[in-house]
Amino acid sequence: MSRIPSLALEHDVQIDQLRKVFKVGFWGRRVTAVDGVSFEVQRGEVFGFLGPNGAGKTTTIKMLMGLIYPSGGTATLFGRQIGDPVAKAKVGFLPESPYFYDYLTGREFLRFYGHLFGFFGTALDKRIDELLELVGMTPARDLQLRKFSKGMLQRVGIAQALINDPELVILDEPMSGLDPIGRKEVRDLILRLKETGKTVMFSSHILHDAELLCDRVAMIMKGKLVACGHVSELIAGDTTHEVEMVIDRLLPEALERIRPLTNKVVLQGERVMVVLSSQQSVDQAIDVVRSAKAKLVALTPHKASLEDLFIRKATGAQQSVEARV
Amino acid sequence: MKVFSIAFNTFRENLRDKLLYNLLIFALLMIGSSLILMRLTLGEFHRLILDIGLGSINFFGVLIAIFVGIGLVSKEIEKKTIYTIMSKPVARYQFLLGKYLGLSLTLLINTAIMAVGLLVVLYFQDVPVHAVLFKALGMIVLEFMVITAVALLFSTFSSATLSAIFTLAIYVIGHLTTDLRAFGQKMEGVGRAVLEGMYYILPNLDRFNLKGNVTHQLDVPAGDLLMIAAYGMAYAAFLLMLASVIFQQRDFR
Ligand SMILES: Nc1ncnc2c1ncn2[C@@H]1O[C@H](COP(=O)(O)OP(=O)(O)OP(=O)(O)O)[C@@H](O)[C@H]1O
Ligand SMILES: [Mg+2]
Repeated sequence: MSRIPSLALEHDVQIDQLRKVFKVGFWGRRVTAVDGVSFEVQRGEVFGFLGPNGAGKTTTIKMLMGLIYPSGGTATLFGRQIGDPVAKAKVGFLPESPYFYDYLTGREFLRFYGHLFGFFGTALDKRIDELLELVGMTPARDLQLRKFSKGMLQRVGIAQALINDPELVILDEPMSGLDPIGRKEVRDLILRLKETGKTVMFSSHILHDAELLCDRVAMIMKGKLVACGHVSELIAGDTTHEVEMVIDRLLPEALERIRPLTNKVVLQGERVMVVLSSQQSVDQAIDVVRSAKAKLVALTPHKASLEDLFIRKATGAQQSVEARV
Repeated sequence: MKVFSIAFNTFRENLRDKLLYNLLIFALLMIGSSLILMRLTLGEFHRLILDIGLGSINFFGVLIAIFVGIGLVSKEIEKKTIYTIMSKPVARYQFLLGKYLGLSLTLLINTAIMAVGLLVVLYFQDVPVHAVLFKALGMIVLEFMVITAVALLFSTFSSATLSAIFTLAIYVIGHLTTDLRAFGQKMEGVGRAVLEGMYYILPNLDRFNLKGNVTHQLDVPAGDLLMIAAYGMAYAAFLLMLASVIFQQRDFR
């Protein structure tokens, strides 16, 4: 595949056939954690990097940050080789379940990291106060990090990722360890970053979050890329047009007339829930409900989601592995 | 600048470590206790007090250099603090150098505090203080810096426990290199070559030991001092370079 150079400049992250093989244990057994993954993250978008546990998300991100070296393939940030300090100066990074210097207070910690970017003095202090406010950690600014809860650490972790006002923010599971309010706050923060023109790449296995936030997503399973593209397109290719119907006071004989039209029937006392997969069967079912004088409680089109795609890909990947064995 | 920020943070980490205070208090007690010992052995007491004082300063400093030194890097990897720090625009060698300088600063200040303790004891016991004492203290700090570099080098590729064992071994053998060579010269062939090789490769730590000069009030000429200092710094610099090369290659996993 050839790429037009001028277009490539628009990509903040570019990954090409990236591979990582770990040697584990005494005998150096080989584990392929990332297996020929290619994708790019475009300037200004929110990019979701999705996959089940152990898929290789963290490994890929660690290669991007220069923490581990690829076994094959290449990756660039802003068109520069990974590890280049010029590129690193424009990136913010939050590692998975972050650990920080626990003998530092929140403020000392952020000040130290500010120094590493060459920021000093009152400008830095002002930035630190803003960031602590942004992540809701102002009350804990003089508390040592060892006394922080998991969610509080996650929050200062996000603050440190933003200390240099980065153009690209890479977050490894930013929502993990946070309560529902914290998750919502992080979602809002990501959208706010996008509004100010930042590029955000985050990994997650919470598909709902990704669906709400992402312009595009990549899905990785067992080290291989299984899907990549705009959320709407990925879902559109996956629609099932199922409709869910909830009915009260449906007599057994009426139910028997509906049953052949449905994929699934769930009985809950007086209430019946059926799933229909075509417009025609929906029409017929409604006729039955009317003639039987039952009560139609709800009729909801079942919206295709990333979750359907995810589960389908996951079972697909599972089967292909079984086929190989 | 980044190196100094990391060094300062390492120093601050050491300051907030309780172990260090315990060691320091212990060392000061040890120096103080030479007062009691002194009463028992009247004739030689000047010599004894200097001997015990410098010995304690050396011993506790080496303990800190080894046991804090081996954790400088491995603790950061273990605790995953290295993930964020290396994602900042900091080169790996800058990180290593910063950690090294931070601990060196800790050791310097630690030695200064213990030296003040020793001087107080000397003052109250009317023991005359000569310039050579300060030269000896300087060389002790230099030895710490070499040992810290050894510990740092090992910790870039082996576990904390192994690093401690290796560094301790180097410390002990480093004080025996002259003997090793003399021993080797009585041997033939391979044995001789190995011992000769060890003499040249391992740090000759006994060169930093000026305790004999202090107790016997023998001054050390500036030229000699300069040679020892140059040797120590060159040796530490070489170790740090080696450590950087190894550290540059490794995965943080
Ligand atoms: N340091 C390591 N040594 C050996 N194998 C590793 C190492 N790190 C990861 N792996 C393996 O690589 C694979 C991918 O792991 P990775 O941490 O990248 O997954 P992930 O997608 O981030 O999962 P999660 O959602 O659970 O965080 C796993 O099979 C894991 O066992
Ligand atoms: Mg992960």
